[in-house]
Amino acid sequence: MRIEVDGLRVAYDGRTVVAGVNLLAAPGEITGLIGPNGSGKSSVLRTVYRHLRPAAGRVLLDGTDLAALAPARAARHVAALPQERGGDFELTVREVVAMGRTPYKRAFAGEDEKDRRIVADALERVGMTRYGGRRFSALSGGERQRVLLARTLAQDPDVLVLDEPTNHLDVRHQVELLALLRAQHRTTLVSLHDLNAAASVCDRLHVLHAGEVVASGTPLEVLTPHLLAEVFGVRAAVIEHPLTGDPLIAFDHTATAAETPS
Amino acid sequence: MSAASSPTRTARAAGPSPTKAGERGPRTVPVVWLLASLAVALLLSLTAAVSWGSSGVPFGEVWSTVLHRVTGGQPRPGTQDLIVWQLRVPRALLAALVGAGLGIVGTAVQALVRNPLADPYLLGISNGASLGAVAAIVLGTTTGGLFGVGVSGAAFLGALLSFGLVWAVARRGGGFSPLKLVLAGVAIGQFLSGFTSYLVLRVGDEQQTQGVLFWLMGSLGGAQWSTLVLPAGAVLLGLVALQARARGLNALLLGDETAAGLGVDVVALRRELFVVTSVLTGVLVSVSGAIGFVGLMVPHLCRLVIGGDHRRLLPVSALTGAVLLVVVDIVCRTALPSMELPVGVVTAFVGAPVLLFLLDRRLERG
Repeated sequence: MRIEVDGLRVAYDGRTVVAGVNLLAAPGEITGLIGPNGSGKSSVLRTVYRHLRPAAGRVLLDGTDLAALAPARAARHVAALPQERGGDFELTVREVVAMGRTPYKRAFAGEDEKDRRIVADALERVGMTRYGGRRFSALSGGERQRVLLARTLAQDPDVLVLDEPTNHLDVRHQVELLALLRAQHRTTLVSLHDLNAAASVCDRLHVLHAGEVVASGTPLEVLTPHLLAEVFGVRAAVIEHPLTGDPLIAFDHTATAAETPS
Repeated sequence: MSAASSPTRTARAAGPSPTKAGERGPRTVPVVWLLASLAVALLLSLTAAVSWGSSGVPFGEVWSTVLHRVTGGQPRPGTQDLIVWQLRVPRALLAALVGAGLGIVGTAVQALVRNPLADPYLLGISNGASLGAVAAIVLGTTTGGLFGVGVSGAAFLGALLSFGLVWAVARRGGGFSPLKLVLAGVAIGQFLSGFTSYLVLRVGDEQQTQGVLFWLMGSLGGAQWSTLVLPAGAVLLGLVALQARARGLNALLLGDETAAGLGVDVVALRRELFVVTSVLTGVLVSVSGAIGFVGLMVPHLCRLVIGGDHRRLLPVSALTGAVLLVVVDIVCRTALPSMELPVGVVTAFVGAPVLLFLLDRRLERG
């Protein structure tokens, strides 16, 4: 299924943080949102998984306005991995993953055989089957993100929405998580800080700057030295990655774009 | 797109790491057995509560008296019927109800504000109830029992007042966020406590002081059959209402955004939880005073044994709270020959060490 963000405006206490964003996440593709801090990436994603209400505009799922669906109904289509750390409440890994079944269950309903199979399958897909009985809060950051990804998979969604899922992970765990993401072959909308990770993992990128989309296209089209200077304020060369052939951004860490006469 | 390493390979590459202490999940006891054991423990503790006291009644006679009255028999002559049926059974049942209620409210409030150190009194409801009760005791003699609602009625009105104020503050800005709830609850609670302290200072005679103190520390002494109906209904309805929202409570533990992504209407859920927990707290405090530590301790103990899933945690907390408070009340009535201890004193003596133990365990995990 495809997600279309149409004329989206988001405001906190009257302050506009997203001003008329249009973007598209095509079926089966990984669509990346990049942009400097405060550019509105998280706010766009939060309206897609319905934590925030749009001040104007719509989020369409195959043409249907998500806001018109009941919350649980929408959650069967769109699953989210936000940037937040819950409290420590003695939950096991399996219990956390089983929460993905929430939108499918009525009050008082227990887990049935199908739920258990889906939860086991989700754990299997992220390679965490043997961790099922562990305490969630005792896991490392990388393990935790994989479990939370499994929770979104247990939700059996058409669309995955992830807000900086590789934050605070070391390089190897970043690579693992992004590989897992690609292996799901679902419509995915993900914000990423690491531009090189975005360049290699995303099919398309949307660049946000001050609440607006300033560029859209394939990583090769979007990630130009000019854009990096304009939007991110850095001096960089874009070369071909010697191992993968993806665009590789080589930053100049000694000077910002403003300090460099062009 | 170029191929990075294959996902199956990366998934397999991360094998299980060695298990450290505290990593294992807490849930080792099947919930059905636990609930059954707790039910048996509750029956035993209730029996003991009726049996033991200043004049002992054997277990067998406890049950024969109770069964006789339950099956519609006329009161037998003598003091035994009075002691068992009129005094001790209602009191033991009230202890069980209040304990169960505090257990589930504590569990729900901890999830509501996503803080394991929250308790039923965090949101200011009990402060309002205390103000109402103390006002009734202190001013009662001059204003005809404070509009004739009695101490419990005045306490419930106070709880409603407090609820209304906290609601008005916490709902602003599309809210009921944990932080707003806690800040509003603490601020308004302290504000109302100020009035209570002022009233306590104005207390005229010693008997009134006794009454106020006993009420503020919590007491089950006022139990009668007629006063059981309200808490019984409230606890039952509260348990059903919370159990129906158990999945939502679970989702709140992971965070508001996660809950929203799971299809939970977070603001509506918080609003409902705030109403349910406040009404239940108001009822409990108005029949027994603000009995401390039970609502804080019981959810923790239960999580250690059964884990954090509210579908199991709520019924287990209800039964555990019931057993705990019945046992505590036995101690209160029998520990000292000369006087009855306030129930809040004993729960504090039990609760503080338990809390320190839990804190220690938490620090150990880092």
